[in-house]
Amino acid sequence: MSPVVPIGPFHPALEEPYKVEVTCEGERITDASVVVGFNFRGIEWLAERKSYTQDIALLERVCGICSNVHTLMFSRAVEKIAGLEVPDRAQYIRVVIAEAERLHSHLLWAGVACNLIGFETLFMTCFSLREQVMDILERISGNRVNYAMNRPGGVNRDISDPGAVLAAVRTIEKTTSGKLIPIMTGDPTVRARCAGVGVLSRDDALAHGAVGPLARASGLTQDIRRSAPYEAYDKLDFDVPVRDEGDVLARIVVRASEILQSCRLIEQAVETMPAGPIGGPLYPSVPAGEASVRVEAPRGEVFYYLASDGTDVPVRVRVRTPTFVNMPTVPLMAVGESISDLPLIQASIDPCYSCNDR
Amino acid sequence: MKLLRSLMRTARRRSPWVFHANAGSCNGCDIEFLTCLTPRYDMEQLGIRHEGSPRHADIILVSGPVTRTTCEALQTVYGQVPDPKVVVALGSCPTSCNVFAGSPTVVGPLDRVLPVDVYVPGCPPRPDAMIAGLAEAAAILAGDKPRPEHQPGPADPDTADPDTADPDTADPDTIDPLTAEAAGEAGRR
Repeated sequence: MSPVVPIGPFHPALEEPYKVEVTCEGERITDASVVVGFNFRGIEWLAERKSYTQDIALLERVCGICSNVHTLMFSRAVEKIAGLEVPDRAQYIRVVIAEAERLHSHLLWAGVACNLIGFETLFMTCFSLREQVMDILERISGNRVNYAMNRPGGVNRDISDPGAVLAAVRTIEKTTSGKLIPIMTGDPTVRARCAGVGVLSRDDALAHGAVGPLARASGLTQDIRRSAPYEAYDKLDFDVPVRDEGDVLARIVVRASEILQSCRLIEQAVETMPAGPIGGPLYPSVPAGEASVRVEAPRGEVFYYLASDGTDVPVRVRVRTPTFVNMPTVPLMAVGESISDLPLIQASIDPCYSCNDR
Repeated sequence: MKLLRSLMRTARRRSPWVFHANAGSCNGCDIEFLTCLTPRYDMEQLGIRHEGSPRHADIILVSGPVTRTTCEALQTVYGQVPDPKVVVALGSCPTSCNVFAGSPTVVGPLDRVLPVDVYVPGCPPRPDAMIAGLAEAAAILAGDKPRPEHQPGPADPDTADPDTADPDTADPDTIDPLTAEAAGEAGRR
């Protein structure tokens, strides 16, 4: 009988608690199953018992990495039900924050991936670059994590110093294209660990409904910012990087190219931002109704469903995050690979178990 | 023997190794802790190292409000860390459950499950605050700072809080975050 190796829930290579049960023959993985639910905090249950204003603080803490996405989604859902108009300037500010969040999330992922393949120097480089993104976010919102920027009908803070944001973004763009991308795509260490590892074919990605950079690295052109533009994305110019290889290296390349696209988007948004008000009423009343919204988070498409009965407490808040749909592809990618590549393959979907479990 | 003891004390103060356990955190504290390892904050200047195995660690750093599913694994990990050990509660979640207070799937705050020595409040705390908290933990390890008195709490998740265990009867409004905070403050003293 083949040995079953349980990994987790607390494991040195994994930041978050989850468990993988791997069946092996020698070093080769023959079967894998992922056990989740360790982060289940009952957020949807809590959200249906708190007021709309309290829910914004609660939903921001669904995930500490893509926290802005969750308040953006909830605000958009409330705006849809209440018919609130978001001022133009607020839409641009939302784009800037969302893209800065994508920057820091992808840089974080790049750092963690480098750490997993044992490339400590590049891990430090990614993180020192990420600190500059955190500086932008802190300069705008006052916080490094959980920015508390969105509210139904607008944003909470204005960008008062666009010059500093532009300068920082240009530095990040230069370091990424000049230093990070050449090393990540050309270095023999990275290539040896990533090229041809954990391949997800286009058909499998389609069959499993993969989203985000995982789908784009398997040849699926899929981006909510392009297919169903929200906020100011339809007024801005950007490319959707797609690769056909479907291996870990392709995911690295897609995310690295997205870093450059995010820099481009922030630059355009800051430069073309119209003047005007940034927010609507502080406590909007929400009539009875329901709404579903989709947004492209750093990890892929996030879906929210919100139902209201006209009181100040929502009836139903449903959160579906990209990791939820990307997770089933992990056993698919892991089978046939060496067990030592498993942490990297898992990390390559950029899993966020706190989003997944809620 | 005296020399050995003083050597041990110095070693404990100068090179505490940290095991980080995520007990249902939102990742906010975890990524900020990861930042502490990197060039700008450079936690290793204090000899603090992030260690993968609890058996090699001196400090257990816990983030998250302690969910029902992680509780048992957390207690196992606590048992695996050799004495003397220090428990650090990272962020507001293990201190007071934060926004998750009242959820039927949350067993925390952490001091109901493990004896907590240092609290680092904040949502999430800044990396500087985390390093200060770990330095405090290192001082406790070396015996330079007294360990706070612990109030033993129920360790079994099923008896942890009967009021919030039933999703149908629990009401988050009845849980006063201020009392939860005050309980955390009392544990600190």
